[in-house]
Amino acid sequence: MTVGLPLFLAISAILFSIGLVGVLLRRSPLTILLSLEVMLNSVNLTLVAFSREVGGSDGQIFALIVMGIAAAEVVVGLGLVVAMTRREMVLDTDELRTLNG
Amino acid sequence: MDIVVFFIASGLAIASAVAVVAQKNPFVSALALLGNLVSLAVLLLLLSAQFVAAAQIIVYAGAIMVMFLFVIAYVGPRSEIGAGERKPWQVWLAVLASALIAIEVIVVVFGATFGDWADLDGDYGTPAAIGKALMTDYLLAFEVVSVILFMAAVAGVVFGAGGRPRRLSDDEVQAKEAESAEQRRREASRAVLDATRDSMGEGA
Repeated sequence: MTVGLPLFLAISAILFSIGLVGVLLRRSPLTILLSLEVMLNSVNLTLVAFSREVGGSDGQIFALIVMGIAAAEVVVGLGLVVAMTRREMVLDTDELRTLNG
Repeated sequence: MDIVVFFIASGLAIASAVAVVAQKNPFVSALALLGNLVSLAVLLLLLSAQFVAAAQIIVYAGAIMVMFLFVIAYVGPRSEIGAGERKPWQVWLAVLASALIAIEVIVVVFGATFGDWADLDGDYGTPAAIGKALMTDYLLAFEVVSVILFMAAVAGVVFGAGGRPRRLSDDEVQAKEAESAEQRRREASRAVLDATRDSMGEGA
């Protein structure tokens, strides 16, 4: 193992910020969900990297649970997208401003 | 050797993440996310987390991405409507804020002193070790995740299948009835044709 822990954390931070740009800028709910997945995965990498540094399996368990929660989040998000499609609403987060104060 | 694999995998991960964010077509975005997941699995393997890497491929690339692609295909070209560009100042502000977060973390991470990599047990990261931890120390978290997944599945069905679809106007109702009547007529005539053909076949 010649690659240091900081490199893994740096890659994780870069991936997280790329995903953040997608969540902030994109307007299609589907692409926002895809960018969210990028963010969640980068955090998983951080958890596993720290778990490897400590030498315990706690961080890996945490990463697995994050995966499970991400699956639940995707199911709900995609269910909303399907419901919006069925009601013939526009799939554009800028247009969906009924709850906007 | 490790460092070569690391840089290849992380370069691919960053390139595919940029593709996920920048592509107009959600289908291409989803496929780029697939590449991102696979290169992240390589990084996880470098960290000796075999089971998490396998779960990453099976759960994400196998299950979640199929669901994504299915919904993108279901929604069709409508999902590209929202891909319009933002105002330039919004783009710059978002990129600046995100870049600041990344730079902040990178500065902190390279300035901090970490311990060396720990010496590993022989079974570190194997399914046996993870499964044992999951079934003993983390049993409560495991059960809570399964309940949350079940609730999410119910919610997905309620959102996707439940609810009232748009009411048809009277003209559309008439058109639909005419269409189904036409179809019934066509099926009836086909049944008659088949019957005659069968009886002729028996006669010969």
